[in-house]
Amino acid sequence: MELIELKEICKSYFLGEMTVPVLRGVSLQVAQGELVALMGASGSGKSTLMNILGCLDRPTSGEYWMEGREVSVLSADQRAWLRNRKLGFVFQSFNLLPRTSALENVALPLAYGAANLTQRETAERAGEMLRLVGLQDRMSHEPSQLSGGQQQRVAIARAMVNRPQVILADEPTGNLDSRTSEDILDLFQRLNQESGITIILVTHDAEVSRHARRVVHIQDGLIVQGAYGRGPAAAAQPPGAELTLTEAP
Amino acid sequence: MNAFRILLTASKALRKNPMRALLTTLGIVIGVAAVIAMMEIGAGSSQALQDAISSMGANVLMVVPGTASSGGISFGAGSVTTLSPADCEAMIKQCPALRGAAPQVRARTQVVYGNRNWVPFWMTGTTPAYLEVANWTMAEGEVFTERDVLAANKVCVLGQTLVRELFQGESPVGKEIRLKNVSFKVVGVLAGKGANMMGMDQDDILLAPWTTIKNRVTGSTLQSTNQSASSSSSQDTSGSINTLSQLYPGQASLYPEKSAAQIADNPMPVRFENVDRIMAAARNAGQVQEAIAQITDLLRERHRIRPGEPSDFSVRDMTEMTDTLTSTTQLMTNLLLSVAMISLVVGGVGIMNIMLVSVTERTREIGLRMAVGARGRDILRQFLVEAVVLCLAGGAMGILLGHGGSQLVQAVLRWPVATSPAAIIASVAVSASVGIVFGFYPAWRASRLDPIEALRYE
Repeated sequence: MELIELKEICKSYFLGEMTVPVLRGVSLQVAQGELVALMGASGSGKSTLMNILGCLDRPTSGEYWMEGREVSVLSADQRAWLRNRKLGFVFQSFNLLPRTSALENVALPLAYGAANLTQRETAERAGEMLRLVGLQDRMSHEPSQLSGGQQQRVAIARAMVNRPQVILADEPTGNLDSRTSEDILDLFQRLNQESGITIILVTHDAEVSRHARRVVHIQDGLIVQGAYGRGPAAAAQPPGAELTLTEAP
Repeated sequence: MNAFRILLTASKALRKNPMRALLTTLGIVIGVAAVIAMMEIGAGSSQALQDAISSMGANVLMVVPGTASSGGISFGAGSVTTLSPADCEAMIKQCPALRGAAPQVRARTQVVYGNRNWVPFWMTGTTPAYLEVANWTMAEGEVFTERDVLAANKVCVLGQTLVRELFQGESPVGKEIRLKNVSFKVVGVLAGKGANMMGMDQDDILLAPWTTIKNRVTGSTLQSTNQSASSSSSQDTSGSINTLSQLYPGQASLYPEKSAAQIADNPMPVRFENVDRIMAAARNAGQVQEAIAQITDLLRERHRIRPGEPSDFSVRDMTEMTDTLTSTTQLMTNLLLSVAMISLVVGGVGIMNIMLVSVTERTREIGLRMAVGARGRDILRQFLVEAVVLCLAGGAMGILLGHGGSQLVQAVLRWPVATSPAAIIASVAVSASVGIVFGFYPAWRASRLDPIEALRYE
């Protein structure tokens, strides 16, 4: 069973009388432990797909299965729970809370899903995550006192803190210089290899997609390449006949 | 999220922008401070006003005996002798709404000093408690004591008019005056009080122990007081009480003696000691009705009156004055309340404005919180708690400021001030509800944000 399976996902925006189709029947499978890059030009619909994958948005039609559950029919509160427990977000612009220490930023998701944790346990867990991304000596720094790369590491630690199955990174290196980007992408790769966490990167940068084991190309709301991958976990099951496997060079 | 963490989050969020938080709460601080200060100063003025009206006798109650009737003929109020000094003592001990009570025995007779004489309008036999009940003070000397009452000592206290008429500038204290040929020593002079509401001169008064007036001056007997009794019997059962006032002992009786059989046939409830009426004062004008109920219950029990039977006494209050007092107090309270409400509403609108701005400013934060798993209601709660925390903090500061202000007014302007716990509780409650009411709309707007839109918001 795939971790994530999209079946004929369509998404249209309604602007007054006009219907703007953004996704026109996307089917995608992602297995546990994969590192997938979603590539596409601007306006190809990759951000919309990301929002749907991240349970922030619902498809107009089609099915979204996660761990054998149909997700697109869940209520807003159930999707919030899913975002909290199963998914982690990393944004292009980091989206850290200003004037709030790195530790507290990392602990933010715990406030909504882990009511059973005490203040101390929360801090310990957030600290553990900061160590994982190599910021153990920057815990009490505020975002304004951190470099872009460091901020993105804090954001990654925040995405990891609830031990999600999937991390969705939307242009995570878009605001970073090439060296820092390398560091961040290496970090993603390390997390993917060490923790076995599934990572989906959205990017328009071919350099970035080199780090991914599998690249999915989107164009005009359709997946043109890489819809069905064979990740490490899915390797045992023989893929279907129509499957196209694309390995990163 | 538990309550503690919600509060922590809210206070953290507020601390991030302390200046704005302070300015936001300023409206509530001023509102609550105004409420507290006005309530306290108002309560003080109201108390002073109440005291002034009370001193005119608004909280005074008169317990008078009921009416006697015989063969369909009513003898009017006070024509039976049902009130005893023991009733008065029981009232003092058992009616918590009463500040005090004093029995009254009335007489009307000539007062002689030297070559001058005068008939005071009020000649009242009472206890020293009378002064407290009637809100009266002494101008000179002392009032007679409880001991004088017990011993029926021949001492008295004079009102200003009486002093003027009899003594003409001399100090009467220590002088002897005569009432019905009984000589009384003047021990004190009452402060001037002027006319009462009916226009009668209240200073035209002589106060003495009620035992003295009753036994040595009026010589009132059961028969002379109780007309219904005297109409059917003659003076024989208790005529011997007042021997001191009988000028010529051995006077022949005007009526034929009752035979033993007649007395046995007409058993008379013999009450040697009765008082004409009891004057009582409720603790304040607001407790008058409570006091009336307590007195009625007590006296009905003491007089063994079964439920359903009419009372053998009645309790009168100064309804007219009480009404004036109530309406004055009500007017003041309403006035203060409406002013206070306006300032709180203004403060609330201020909070709402800032919270709305804050929601706009923190759109990205809201989007992020939603992306990491906050539900709409978590966001609603967060903003609502922030607003309430702001209001409560403002309320607390306002209470301190308002209380300090009223204390300052008391110290500098010497206005009467009364601390009012009710105002404090009310303003805390009001500031919390202002927070909820005016914080709800911004919080609701925040919770309805679309996370995708919110995350992209610049």
